[in-house]
Amino acid sequence: MGAQLRVYKRRIKSVTATKKITRAMEMIAASRIVKAQRRVAASKPYADELTVAVSAVAQGSDVKHSLTTEADRPRRAAVLLITSDRGLAGAYNSNAIKAGEHLTSELVARGLEVDTYVVGRKGVSYYTFRERAVAQSWTGFTDNPTYADAKAVAAPLIEAIERDAGEGGVDEIHIAFTEFESMMTQTPRERRLLPLTLDKSAEESAETFAKGRDVQPLYDFEPSAEQVLDALLPRYVESRIYNALLQAAASKHAATRRAMKSATDNAEDMIKSLGRLANAARQSEITQEISEIVGGASALADATAGSER
Amino acid sequence: MAELHVELVAADRQVWSGRASRVVARTVSGDIGIMPGHQPLLAVLQSGPVTVRTTGETGEGTVVAAVHGGFISYTDGKLSLLAEIAELADEIDVDRAERALEQARAEADASAERRADVRLRAATAGR
Repeated sequence: MGAQLRVYKRRIKSVTATKKITRAMEMIAASRIVKAQRRVAASKPYADELTVAVSAVAQGSDVKHSLTTEADRPRRAAVLLITSDRGLAGAYNSNAIKAGEHLTSELVARGLEVDTYVVGRKGVSYYTFRERAVAQSWTGFTDNPTYADAKAVAAPLIEAIERDAGEGGVDEIHIAFTEFESMMTQTPRERRLLPLTLDKSAEESAETFAKGRDVQPLYDFEPSAEQVLDALLPRYVESRIYNALLQAAASKHAATRRAMKSATDNAEDMIKSLGRLANAARQSEITQEISEIVGGASALADATAGSER
Repeated sequence: MAELHVELVAADRQVWSGRASRVVARTVSGDIGIMPGHQPLLAVLQSGPVTVRTTGETGEGTVVAAVHGGFISYTDGKLSLLAEIAELADEIDVDRAERALEQARAEADASAERRADVRLRAATAGR
């Protein structure tokens, strides 16, 4: 076997091995998406009920709570960036980080000081490599976040917003994560968690009033509206963070699946074109051998013909 | 007869949903019983057992659940119980709860002791 052919054969073998690996990773990610999606769906009833309860208190009472009212002059904000622990997910992490950076620069442009909180090893290494300060970071659970993890992440944020901005607290909490829209689409999102935005414009409220639906009933709060809100808002933040973590996990698996699928496809293409090259190399080797033999034979024939004379 | 539509949801799953004639839960200011037609209510729950007297297609019966860190809200015949952790009585592993209780007592961990205690009480009430 010629040297050229041997090189092609070796490369085909190694690409085939890589393809097997990427195909396996694609399958694993695909099975995890379904699981992650199911968990997003399972957490939905709680999040929905909680949102209803929070808006009920916020609209149904005239309580002024530090977590619902906007500061007159916000000075500091917290940004929670959710990335993954592992790579091999295409542009997933860089898009998430870009969203976080965009959010941060917008806040800075508004004249706010920004505290960054990061979830996931990729985000952490992004910040440490650039030697930028991170208020707090968490790693190790991004593939499969539990409610306890969300609570752990939420605790310092809630603590920070309850503190005064002058003493290292924050006035706003923002979150940058990747929303799982469908198997094919995952979009990086930037959201404000607190102060609460009851996103309803005046026209919308007028509309619901005219239709007479969606009007909040007059609740009886036990023990009092303030205390209910006090207890409710941390749970609300936790549940939003939990939801964001779950969506980010599902998105990460979807991104991995897509990246690994295209890696597998590329490996296939490469094997095909390397096969063609190997065939050409083999064929040219044979052609060369034949021409050498023919050339040798005719030279021999010429030589014998000459000596007979 | 009027009925309550009850949803018991934990942070990561829906625990139970169905129809009921009465729900008894423990709020921070004391036990509260809710029957159909109650005034709209939103209350903070204490860790404790919640008793649901069921009606409807499942028949008359009682569902008991241990609920930690939650809320109860009632409007228009719809009652939702939200909890960070919620377990139905028949899901609770009594042996494990007992062990957790002993361990919590040994470590003098008041909140863990209370959680284990609530689980045990819910489990025994549900039997």
